[in-house]
Amino acid sequence: MAQYLLEILSEEIPARMQPGAARDLARLAGEALAAAGFAEARVRTFAGPRRLTLVADDLPLAQADLVETRKGPRVGAPDAALEGFLRSTGVTRDQLEARDGVWFATLTRRGRPTAEVMAELAAGIIARFPWPKSMLSASGRTRWVRPIRRLVSLFDGVVAPFAIDGLQAGALSEGHRVMGQIGPFAVTDFSQYQAELERRFVVLEAEARKRRILEGASALAAAEGLELVQDAGLLEETAGMVEWPVPVLGAFDPAYLDVPGEVIRTTMRVNQRYFALRRPGEAGLAPHFICIANIVSPDGPDLIVAGNRRVLEARLSDARFFWDEDRKTPLEARRARLAGVTFHARLGTMLQRAERLEAAARVLARYTGADPDLAALAGRLAKADLASGMVGEFPELQGVMGGYYARHEGLPEPVAEAIAAHYRPQGPSDAAPSAPTAMAVALADKLDVLVGFFRIGEAPTGSRDPFALRRAALGVIRIALENQLRLPLGELLGALNGGEPPPGLLDFIRDRLKGALRDQGARPDQIEAVFALADDDMARLAARLEALARFLETADGAHLLAGFKRADNILAAEARKGPLPKGAPVRAATPDEEGALFDALAASAPAVEAALDREDFAGAMTALARLRQPVDAFFDAVLVNAPEPEVREGRLRLLAAVTALMRRVAEFGLISG
Amino acid sequence: MPDRRPLSFQDLILELHAYWSARGCVILQPLDLEVGAGTLHPATVLRALGPKPWRAAYVQPSRRPSDGRFGDNPNRLRLFHQYQVILKPNPEDMQELYLGSLAAVGIDPARHDIRFVEDDWENPTVGAWGLGWEVWCDGMEISQYTYFQQVGGLDVAPVSGELTYGLERLALYVQGVDSVYDLAFNDPQSPDFKTYGEVVLEAEREFSAFEQEAADVALLQRHFEDMEREVPRLLAARGRQGQPLVLPAYDHVLKASHLFNLLDARGAIAVAERQSYIGRIRDLCRACAEAWVALETAAGAGR
Repeated sequence: MAQYLLEILSEEIPARMQPGAARDLARLAGEALAAAGFAEARVRTFAGPRRLTLVADDLPLAQADLVETRKGPRVGAPDAALEGFLRSTGVTRDQLEARDGVWFATLTRRGRPTAEVMAELAAGIIARFPWPKSMLSASGRTRWVRPIRRLVSLFDGVVAPFAIDGLQAGALSEGHRVMGQIGPFAVTDFSQYQAELERRFVVLEAEARKRRILEGASALAAAEGLELVQDAGLLEETAGMVEWPVPVLGAFDPAYLDVPGEVIRTTMRVNQRYFALRRPGEAGLAPHFICIANIVSPDGPDLIVAGNRRVLEARLSDARFFWDEDRKTPLEARRARLAGVTFHARLGTMLQRAERLEAAARVLARYTGADPDLAALAGRLAKADLASGMVGEFPELQGVMGGYYARHEGLPEPVAEAIAAHYRPQGPSDAAPSAPTAMAVALADKLDVLVGFFRIGEAPTGSRDPFALRRAALGVIRIALENQLRLPLGELLGALNGGEPPPGLLDFIRDRLKGALRDQGARPDQIEAVFALADDDMARLAARLEALARFLETADGAHLLAGFKRADNILAAEARKGPLPKGAPVRAATPDEEGALFDALAASAPAVEAALDREDFAGAMTALARLRQPVDAFFDAVLVNAPEPEVREGRLRLLAAVTALMRRVAEFGLISG
Repeated sequence: MPDRRPLSFQDLILELHAYWSARGCVILQPLDLEVGAGTLHPATVLRALGPKPWRAAYVQPSRRPSDGRFGDNPNRLRLFHQYQVILKPNPEDMQELYLGSLAAVGIDPARHDIRFVEDDWENPTVGAWGLGWEVWCDGMEISQYTYFQQVGGLDVAPVSGELTYGLERLALYVQGVDSVYDLAFNDPQSPDFKTYGEVVLEAEREFSAFEQEAADVALLQRHFEDMEREVPRLLAARGRQGQPLVLPAYDHVLKASHLFNLLDARGAIAVAERQSYIGRIRDLCRACAEAWVALETAAGAGR
C-alpha cells in the first residue's frame, strides 16, 4: 500500500477560511478517491497560513482492472447489427462468445497507475476548489485564494506530475519564510515532510499550533501572576495567522484601564488580535497583553513587544478619546441624530425604528413583568449609541456602550442593563437576557425586525437570509423558553403590524421553534403531535411536548398510544364504509369491559380538562394514563364490529370519545409507534 | 543593517525609489492634482486596465479633508504621503520583492514580526476592488498589498499587484517616534535640519480650517457639477489621432472626486445623498476606463 501527498503552497490564506478549506479538501478528495475506486484510502488534510496539505494512505499501486460483459445481437442477426456491436465494443468477431443464442463481448478495462489518477485528481480539485472568495492568477487562467507558489505531488515517493497554469508540481516544499534554513527541501513522504517542516519552523497541524499558543500564553501569564482571558475564536484565528507561534507578553500604561474593559478587549482583539489578561479572581483586565508573533528574533522579543505596545497604546488613546467625547452628549440628544441614519430604504430611519421599539417595549413589558415606563424608556434609547463615536469605530460594541452611557448619565439600572443586553442572544453561545426590562426590549428589537421585513416581503429564502431573520426568531424563542414567558405570539405580531401578523411570519417562527426543540433532542413526530394543536404560545408548546415525551416513555404511555392507534384505525376503516355514528356514547351494560371503559372515560375526561386548564400537562397525561388498562381490556374482550348495528354504533361512539379526549392533549395520530 | 541610523522621511522615499527603480519600475512624480489616494493616479487606475505590462512607483500626497485635526493630533493628518508601486502582471516573487523593500529601509523581516493579514481592498468611487492584505510590522499596519480584480467596474487582465506604503507610519516606525510632527524630515546631522512639523504643520492648520470650515459649499457644488458635465464632453471630443480625450477626462473625474471629499468634510452631504454622489463619480470613472481599454486594445492591435 502506498501514500499520496499533495501540498499547495500559496501566499497567505485568510485565517477565517482555513478550517473550511481543510474540510473541503478532505471532502473533495474523499469523493474523488471513491469515484476512482480508492474508497479504502485514509485521507487527512491540513490548512495553515501558507499551505493546504492532503495525505492519502493505503492506496494500491494501480486501480483494479474492470471486467464487463456486454450483450450483443442474436446469433444469426443481420451483419449490420453485428458490425455495429463490434464497433461499439472494439472487439473482433472471434473474441465474441455465444451464449443461449446471443453474442456476448467481454471487455477488460485495465486499471490505471494510481500516480496518474492522483495527479489528475489533484489538478481537478484545485480547479474547482470552493473558496468563499478567490482571485485570478496573473495569467487569468486559474483561481485560488491567493497566488499559488509551489505544488508538491508525490505518490509512493515519486513525483506524480501535473501543472497548474504553467507551474509544475514536484517534490520541493519550503519552510518558514524568514526563520531557519530558507529555501526549498525535497519531500520523500508525509512523516519526513512534517518533521522537515517542524525543523524549518512550520507547525503543520492547526490543533498543534493552537496548543502551542495556549500553553505558551498561559505560561507567560502565569509568570506574571496573571491568567489568560479565554477566547476560542481568537485562538482559532491566531493559529491561522502564524506558521510558528511565538506568544510574547507586553504591558500597556495602566492609566488606560479607566476605559471600559469591553472596549479594551475589543480593540485588542479586533484591531490587533491580542489576548487580554487579568488577575485570577478579579473581574477587570490587567494592563497587559499577549500577542502571537510568527518569529523568534535573534535579538529577543523586546523590539517586537515595544512595537506592539506602541500600536496598542495609540489605539487605546483613540478609544479613550471616544469614551470621553461620547459621554459629553446625553443619549436623548444622540438619539435625535438617528434621523439621519437609514435602517432600510423601505423600513425608515433608525429614529423611526427607535420609536417603534419604545412602543413595542411598553407592550411587551406586560408579558415580561417589567415596569412599562422603564421598558419604553430603554426601547426609546436603545439605538442611540449607534450615533456615538465609539460604536462608529467598534460596531460590535453596540448596546454595550449604550449601557455604559446610560449609567453614566444616571438612568435607572434596569434601563442601562436593557440597553446593554437588547441585542442578545447574538448566537448559540451568547446568553439570553433574563431581567424583565431587558427581555422586553430584546424581544421588541427582534420582533420589530421580523415584522418589518416580512411585511415588505423580505422573508429568508433557502440559504439567503441577509437580515439575519432566522437568528432574530431564534432569539425570540430562546428568551421565551429560557424565561418561561407566556407570549400570545399571533396577537403580539398582529399588534406590532397594526392588524394581522404579516403573512408567513407565524409559520416561520413556529418552524424555527420546531428546529430549536429538535436540537434539544425532541423527536420530530412528537413535535408535530403537539404543534397540531394550533397553539401559538411557545413556552406552553414546549411544556406540553416535554410532558408528552415523558409520558410516552412510561409503559402506560406506550400502551395507550398503541390503543389509540388501534381505535383510530378502526374508526378510519369504518369511516370509509359510511358516516360514523354521531353523538356521545352511552354506557353499555354488557360486556363489563365496555362499561368499564365508559366509566374510566367519564372519570378521566374532567380530570384531563382540569389539568389542561391549569396547564398541568404532566397531570393531564396522568389522567389519561387511567385509560390504559380499560382500553387494553376493551380490545382484548370486545369485538367492535358487532353484528347488531346499535351495538356496533355504541362501541364506535365510545372509541371516538376516547380518541377525542386524547387529542385534547396531543395529536397522538402523528406519533410513530 | 539593524545598526544603521534610521532613515529620515526623505531618505525613506529615496531608498524606495532606488529599490524599485532597480527592479524595473518607472519612477514617476506625484499626480499634480488633489487626490485621496495613490491608487487614483492614472498610472495605477488606467494603467491597471488593458493588456500592456507596466511597472511604476511614485509618491502621492493624499488628501483626506475629513481626517484633518488642525495639527493637534500626533497621528492624524489631512494630507499624508503614500508610496505607491504597481506591478503588472504581478510577478511570482512579489511578496519577496516587497519584503526586500522593507529590508532596504531598515526593517529586517528576521527581527520584526511581519504579517500578511487578510484585508480585501475596495474603492467604490473608482469601481475598483482586489484581494490582498494589510501588512503588519510588529502589530502596526505599514502597507496595503492588493491584487486588483476590477478597476473602473471592469475586470482586469492581466492582474496587477499594488503596494501602498503609508510613508508617515513607516517613518514613525523606522525612527521610533511617537508624533508625526517630530519625524526627521531630512538628515538630523544636516546643516539645516527640519522636522516634519516644521515643514507641514502650518499647512495642516490652515487647510484643516479651509476644508472643514471655510470652503464655500455652493461653489464646491457648482464645480462638482461642472466636472460632471466636462467628463462626457471630453470623452466625446477627439484628439489629433482621432482618440477620445481619456486622460483629460479622467483628470476631471479626480477633480469631481476631491470636490466630493471637500463637500463631505464641510458636512454638506446628507447620509442619504452619499451613495448617489459615489455612484455618479463611479459612472464617470467607468466611462473613462472603458474608453481607455478601447484605446489600449486598439493600440495593441497596431494602431
